[in-house]
Amino acid sequence: MESEPILVVENIKKAFGPRVILKGVSMAIRRGELKVLIGPSGAGKSTFLQCINFLVTPDAGEIRLEGRPIHHSRKRELYAYRQQVGMIFQDFNLFDHLTALDNVMIGLVRVKGMDRKSARERAMAEIERVGLKEHAGHYPAQLSGGQKQRISIARALAMDPKVMLLDEPTSALDPELIGEVLAVIRDLVANGMTMVMATHQIGFSRAMANEIIFMEDGLIVEQGPPSVILSDARCERTKEFCSKITELYGEAS
Amino acid sequence: MDELLFLQDEVVPALLKGLRVSILLIVPSAFFGLFIGILVGALRVYGSRPVVFAADIYVTLFRGIPLVVQLFIWYFGLPYLGIYLSPFTASIVGFSLCSGAYHSEYIRGALKSIKRGQMLAAQALGFSKFQMVVSVILPQGLRRALPGCGNEIIYLIKYSSLAYMVTCIELTGEAKILASHSFKYTEVYLAAGGFYLGLVSIAGWILHRLERRVAIPGFEHHRG
Repeated sequence: MESEPILVVENIKKAFGPRVILKGVSMAIRRGELKVLIGPSGAGKSTFLQCINFLVTPDAGEIRLEGRPIHHSRKRELYAYRQQVGMIFQDFNLFDHLTALDNVMIGLVRVKGMDRKSARERAMAEIERVGLKEHAGHYPAQLSGGQKQRISIARALAMDPKVMLLDEPTSALDPELIGEVLAVIRDLVANGMTMVMATHQIGFSRAMANEIIFMEDGLIVEQGPPSVILSDARCERTKEFCSKITELYGEAS
Repeated sequence: MDELLFLQDEVVPALLKGLRVSILLIVPSAFFGLFIGILVGALRVYGSRPVVFAADIYVTLFRGIPLVVQLFIWYFGLPYLGIYLSPFTASIVGFSLCSGAYHSEYIRGALKSIKRGQMLAAQALGFSKFQMVVSVILPQGLRRALPGCGNEIIYLIKYSSLAYMVTCIELTGEAKILASHSFKYTEVYLAAGGFYLGLVSIAGWILHRLERRVAIPGFEHHRG
């Protein structure tokens, strides 16, 4: 675990007009690690994640993948970088006009330039991995929320990402559907996927995360292993927040 | 009896001749118009600022100036610049550009209705903006725009009757000539109206079939 970090994010700042969202956030993640972002809404977790793959352009800061700084103004470099950083959204964002299979295939065909036959095989393998083989031909409107999110994970995995960013992947789901998505994510952790995840699933984070990062008002307040952050935080505000979400989201995962 | 003979021997043959010209005007104009509309509609939503500005001016001009005036400009105005269009070509140019301006408005609205999240998802997968518009946004936007664009095509069928103003003798042109020769205005124009009604009904049926054909779960237009 002493290896170089795979992804380094340094001093990211972002303001929308007069509203300052990120006041200088840094993070370094090593291969196979899971870092969990927690914090109240408006803390800047989503913006931070979107800055990491430049869906939101940071005002300042640097991002390095495997030691190479990313120049987001060079389009080709940006598109190539984004292929290596998978993103999972709170509201799934599947392409509504495509079947589950086509949703997973489209990136392989259009972006990676794979031929349709190999793309189909690869996509089916990813769909099987998330346990939705029999739903491959269904459109998003015919899938449950949990199934949609699992397909969106398959879509990201098919691109062979080096890092995955998950922006509250279970927050839009009914309670009984959360488990199936967390199971897929747990499987990713077991397979050594490097991930940054914003979530309120405290039980899951306690069990799976290497580190929990508590953010508020555009800054990292405190970070450390789950055992420390969740039970023995130094900062009063962290304690308060953690006890609140533990109460709300329980220990079960 | 006279009336029936008049209809059979004079009205129908003349109007059929006109109908042929009308269809030759309408079909290419509908295609070019739709093509222009998709292009301009997409540029107005995703283009850079100067492109959006140029496209907006196009739409303002071609929606704002009465179509007859536009046809006059193409047919009577361009010769001043040394460009001579046949009545038929001038009509197609005029119809396509006018129709394109209206289509672009339907397309623009439909494109804007596509949820932003899907664009983020496409970008996150490494799509370029162009790939995103072509493979994710347009296939959805066009389905949403179809009822509106269909409406514009139906409307095109009827304003194609303006072609006779620049001496392109189509259905209305033939009707006008026959009516002023025979003085049977009511009969002739009623018959011409029937022809247009037939055209519009056929177009409506085709559009309806098309809508059903491209329907996808989650994109149905719910009917009462």
